[in-house]
Amino acid sequence: MSSGRTGSSERTAVVVGGNRTPFAKARGSYARDSTLDLLTAALDGLVARFGLAGTRVGEVAAGAVLKHGTLLNLTREAVLGSALAPDTPAVDLQQACGTGLEAAIYLSNKIRLGQLDSGIAGGADSISDTPLEAGAGLQRVLMRYAAARTTQAKLAALAELRPRDLVPVAPQVAEPRTGLSMGESQVLTTARWGITRAAQDEYALGSHRKLTTAWEAGFFDDLVTPHRGVTRDESLRPDTSLEKLAALPIVFGKGPGGTMTAGNSSPLNDGAALVLLAEEQWARDRHLPVLARIVDAEVASVDFVSGAEGLLMAPVRAVPRLLARHGLALQDFDLYEIHEAFAATVLSHLAAWADETYCRDTLGLPGALGTIDPEKLNVTGSSLAAGHPFAATGGRIVATLAKLLAARGPGARGLISICAAGGQGVAAILEAI
Amino acid sequence: MSSSSKPRTADALLEALLASPVGHALTRQLGFPEGSELRRGPGRPVGPVAFAVLGGDPGTGTDLRADADTGGGHSAADTGAASIIAATLAALGVTTIDPLRDDPAHRTAGPDGRPQPPAYDSGLGAVVLDLTGLRTVAALEDVRAALRPAVRALEPSGRVVLVGPRTEDVEGLEAKAVARGLDGLNRSVAKELRGGATSNLILLAAGEGPEDLASTLDFLLSGRSAFVSGQSWQVGPRRTALPPRGAGIVPGTTPPSGAAGPARSAGARRIVVVTGAARGIGADIARTFHRVGATVVAVDVPRAGEALGAVVNEVHGTALQLDITAPDAGERIAAHVAERYGADARIQAIAHNAGITRDRLLANMDERRWAQVLDVNLAAQLRINTVLLDPGLPGGYAEDVHIVASSSTSGIAGNRGQTNYGTSKAGVIGLVLALCEAYADRPLTVNAVAPGFIETDMTAAIPTLQKEIFRRTNSLHQGGRPIDVAETVVYLADPATSGVNGQVVRVCGQNIVGA
Repeated sequence: MSSGRTGSSERTAVVVGGNRTPFAKARGSYARDSTLDLLTAALDGLVARFGLAGTRVGEVAAGAVLKHGTLLNLTREAVLGSALAPDTPAVDLQQACGTGLEAAIYLSNKIRLGQLDSGIAGGADSISDTPLEAGAGLQRVLMRYAAARTTQAKLAALAELRPRDLVPVAPQVAEPRTGLSMGESQVLTTARWGITRAAQDEYALGSHRKLTTAWEAGFFDDLVTPHRGVTRDESLRPDTSLEKLAALPIVFGKGPGGTMTAGNSSPLNDGAALVLLAEEQWARDRHLPVLARIVDAEVASVDFVSGAEGLLMAPVRAVPRLLARHGLALQDFDLYEIHEAFAATVLSHLAAWADETYCRDTLGLPGALGTIDPEKLNVTGSSLAAGHPFAATGGRIVATLAKLLAARGPGARGLISICAAGGQGVAAILEAI
Repeated sequence: MSSSSKPRTADALLEALLASPVGHALTRQLGFPEGSELRRGPGRPVGPVAFAVLGGDPGTGTDLRADADTGGGHSAADTGAASIIAATLAALGVTTIDPLRDDPAHRTAGPDGRPQPPAYDSGLGAVVLDLTGLRTVAALEDVRAALRPAVRALEPSGRVVLVGPRTEDVEGLEAKAVARGLDGLNRSVAKELRGGATSNLILLAAGEGPEDLASTLDFLLSGRSAFVSGQSWQVGPRRTALPPRGAGIVPGTTPPSGAAGPARSAGARRIVVVTGAARGIGADIARTFHRVGATVVAVDVPRAGEALGAVVNEVHGTALQLDITAPDAGERIAAHVAERYGADARIQAIAHNAGITRDRLLANMDERRWAQVLDVNLAAQLRINTVLLDPGLPGGYAEDVHIVASSSTSGIAGNRGQTNYGTSKAGVIGLVLALCEAYADRPLTVNAVAPGFIETDMTAAIPTLQKEIFRRTNSLHQGGRPIDVAETVVYLADPATSGVNGQVVRVCGQNIVGA
């Protein structure tokens, strides 16, 4: 193992623990909550778990993918609404579904550099609180109206208003450069790697089963704080089966050969998740748990616009670059957390890493990265079962993996990979100490 | 036709009626006095505190009334050398006056011509009587003579505090009978008092000093004992040495402000565990522990986590989402304490407060309701204690831990529809007494509180008429508040209360149900 423990003279960024709300169905139990409410709730639960009330934390970094334009300081507002000391600084970060993990990487780097001793990273998203904006037509008219100096000019500006300009605009669900939704984009990749409906359904069933088992074992007792009476992830279906999944209609790539359904695609959810990070010695001095250190991270992007690569395939590139930096093989991990945007996304990633030609010709590797033991992958389920409030997923995964690694003992190593809109992907290595 | 909303509506109407002026007039007509607003919190009575040693030399029973003609009692100063109670009052900074004595010779004619006992100039805050030397039936007259003017003058939420001997500490048939007689006197005085005043009897073991009694006397004089009346419990010698000045928790004081982070404060502060801390009585126990400067580990079931977090952030403690009926609950509490406060950290006090009701008449009681209540209310704390009492366990109980278990008047007197609950809560008393006996050689204390009718979410579910009856059938003519139970728990958990062990203190306003 060439990635030795960080020397004593260096600073180590560790995961202390995490907290999240249960993930609720879109426009469901958290319909009354704003994204800010959810982030504040997750923050207060984290504060309670670790006894941080009235404490100044180094920095809180979080974000939301669906964010109101007027909410300039989502995270700072959440801090001010929480039990943390009001002089705790905060920053908003956003990288689509990579937001939570990127926030953790950002703070862990600051911790390792000595700029911080502690930090809280994560994110929140609420489909129920989707911002609606004035359309470009209305926006132009209002700007001209504001600039007009005479009544006549003001009236002239307003006269240009057309009824269709009054329709509010929701954030695009499709990629601006391809016009394809995330699901439609994945359809192309699914076909490229020949991922079958049966394989996707079987994979999705496993996610629900593993998450159900984890909930029933009390695994989330110290990772989740209930919110608004919701005590479990609402999208979780403990009673689903291959038969039920097979009966669902195609929603992406309709027509002959369609494979992607609501059952093997991650649902849209409302929720928030955060992790508490700290410098190792700082944490130990304060009797805070030290679950795992954040070893390193890598971000990658792909050219999906030209069609040369699938929209959600960037993690496939981030991982080998990260492995190379540490001299590790894909098999040198005890656990893997691959974000389940779609069952087909995970299966496409695995297929690509196992493909000799692709790894050599496309990734420029000497050969295939190989396969991983499915028993080590997403062992407590992931986004297909838990749901996927975009910016909250990173915090959920980091906290879950850190706890799992700590239970396995010092040296246990885990790999995270999360795909994101815009053809991006983030990967990170955690290691128990 | 099933209509679940109809009875609820009728119930709400009744509730509104009883709260209306008409309802108040009606209940007065029916002979139920209205409850007064109780004095709560650490404050002492406003008016003077009358104190006397009656019946004889404390501890010996020798008659001190050398000069009966003076008619007065004996002030703290007069008998300071002999009376532990006088010394305790002095240590608490309470100045005392001599009580007036109702001798026939000192009576004056009232407006109606009838003889009136001597009257205090103004409201009396409390009357404290040292009766530890009382040995004869004849000497009980002194108690009457001192109490008669006092109860007529007691201010709202005034206090009668009687301190007598334990029957096992006195010799002779008459002395034992008289000692027991004080119990009936106390209970009857408590039932007569009005305006939120209370009467309680301390049974002081022989051979103790003021440091043993101070926290109990302070508790009874203060508003912290607002809903405790007609009760008696024993105070014995301290089971531990006095804590170093400033290290322990001082009753009624506020903690140092600006507590930041768990680590910096953990060394000096007492770590206390409260189960069922998310709401109701448990939340107030957590708040009260915080008020006296303790570090609170708040435990509740994971599904109550949101409310638990709010309480924890208010008291600057740590939350442990844990079902106490989990087989490894004790180990997980210890692990939390050891992890969060250091391997040397120990639990200095625990409030076994978590409890549930699953009421059904026995005729309709299935095994599930039966088992749930017994498991949460009794078996869980039995298992947790067994684990945490291990002296070698990091994060376990301190050698001198204060264990306070929540029983109930339903466990003392029984309650229709609560065979499961009553069994569990009586079992708690049995457990407390058994622990006390089993750990006689360890300087821990283990006691129970037995709340009566307390206004909580749990009791809000009781039908209104029944609820009104519960409220009015106690000597304070009202339901208690969660804070009243919390104050009693924190008093028993106080390191200064090291001499109270194996006691059951009812917080019920002297409800007519129960012993």
